[in-house]
Amino acid sequence: MNTQAQPEPAAAVQARPPMAMLAELTHRCPLSCPYCSNPLELAAKASELGAADWATIFAQAAEIGVLQVHLSGGEPASRRDLEEIVGAAHAVDLYTNLITSGVGLTERRLDALVDNGLEHIQLSLQGVDAEMADRIGGYRGGFARKMQVADWIARREIPLTLNAVMHKQNLDRLPDTIELAVELGARRLEVATVQFHGWATRNRAALMPTRAQAREASRIVAEARERLRGVLVIDYVTADHHAEYPKPCMGGWGSTGFNVTPDGRVMPCHAAHTIPGLVFEQAPGTHLGDIWRHSAAFNAFRGFDWMQEPCRSCDRKTRDFGGCRCQAMAFAGDARATDPVCIKSPLHARLQEAAEADAAAEGAELVYRTSPA
Amino acid sequence: MTAPAATLPETARPRLLRGVRTKFDRVRDTWVLLAPERTLKLDQIGHAILSETNGERSFGEIVDRLAATYNAPRDRIAEDAGRFLASLIDRRMAEAR
Repeated sequence: MNTQAQPEPAAAVQARPPMAMLAELTHRCPLSCPYCSNPLELAAKASELGAADWATIFAQAAEIGVLQVHLSGGEPASRRDLEEIVGAAHAVDLYTNLITSGVGLTERRLDALVDNGLEHIQLSLQGVDAEMADRIGGYRGGFARKMQVADWIARREIPLTLNAVMHKQNLDRLPDTIELAVELGARRLEVATVQFHGWATRNRAALMPTRAQAREASRIVAEARERLRGVLVIDYVTADHHAEYPKPCMGGWGSTGFNVTPDGRVMPCHAAHTIPGLVFEQAPGTHLGDIWRHSAAFNAFRGFDWMQEPCRSCDRKTRDFGGCRCQAMAFAGDARATDPVCIKSPLHARLQEAAEADAAAEGAELVYRTSPA
Repeated sequence: MTAPAATLPETARPRLLRGVRTKFDRVRDTWVLLAPERTLKLDQIGHAILSETNGERSFGEIVDRLAATYNAPRDRIAEDAGRFLASLIDRRMAEAR
């Protein structure tokens, strides 16, 4: 086991210590949401890291400056050793956040998780009623179960964030979504308009919101933020295909955090594997400090030297870092290109036309996520 | 419609909410405030304010103690501490009873 980061010459771009890590504990999940951010090629159960490996990874993460760990999946509660994994993160004083659908949690498990140091839960929301939520999640009874879990969380006064993925089919229920978050006692609500990576790319026609929906959502969020100040904090991920400038993806590639897959590959973001040629080192065999500082994949888009025009001379580059590399790859066929969401991209018009066409499409069938082997 | 509170009443007893805590970050050599999906870097003043904030002391007592410790004008301390704590309350990281 390599527990000591090797001293090496400075990388081309000096990386600041990472703030956070996303730990994809498993790709298994009882739900099969058609916008799942997991890769199309899911990690098999047999390839999953054990709890001891995760403990080593958390210790390395804390050593290099990580402060928060987001325990995600798939559904992390699908792992019977989740409690032990939470305990390992807590033991090295990482702030522990569980990202869950709620399915697989019981009162006994919640108590054990809190006893082992769990500090916060982010509960996903597929809709505000069983009809919508169970259809989108592809899991009958999921909504009722989720509401039960939300009640258990509230009774225990565990800090709660609701994460509502919004799209063409449920954006019109945004006011009810905000109302539900208040009723459930959530401190925070993430209004996350679906981003078209992973499984969502197969469901563009079923999920792409209209421009009018996106604009109305922005208005509703602005109004609710003002009205609910001190009651509910709302984070808002906009529908970027209708935007003029790209999102500052990951706060800049390799700048603030990283993602560890169920089998231990360390990636700058959850879609980075869609960029050909990037090689992802394996944790915990390779120390996270080595990976963070020296991985060619992490250094590929750090700083500004990799940029082409129009990014290179753009004064917005320090704000949005040229947008999303995976989206550039997907649409421009070049991960160094400007994110085509940007009005300065030659592909901007085509991206928006495609978005408008998908938004106008009616009756598209959902393609559900499958299960890993 | 509630306007953002610029300060706290002298009698209010502020405290951090569950799931919000301070930590000394050895790697960056600074105090930080850890909260759900948020990390705030604390400057010396922010850390001093939170060190006096425990849910038992009133805002007035907190200001008195800080003014004595740092030998600083009470008005100035009240303004800084009030603005800081009110911003944490707005962001659902703290409460005042």
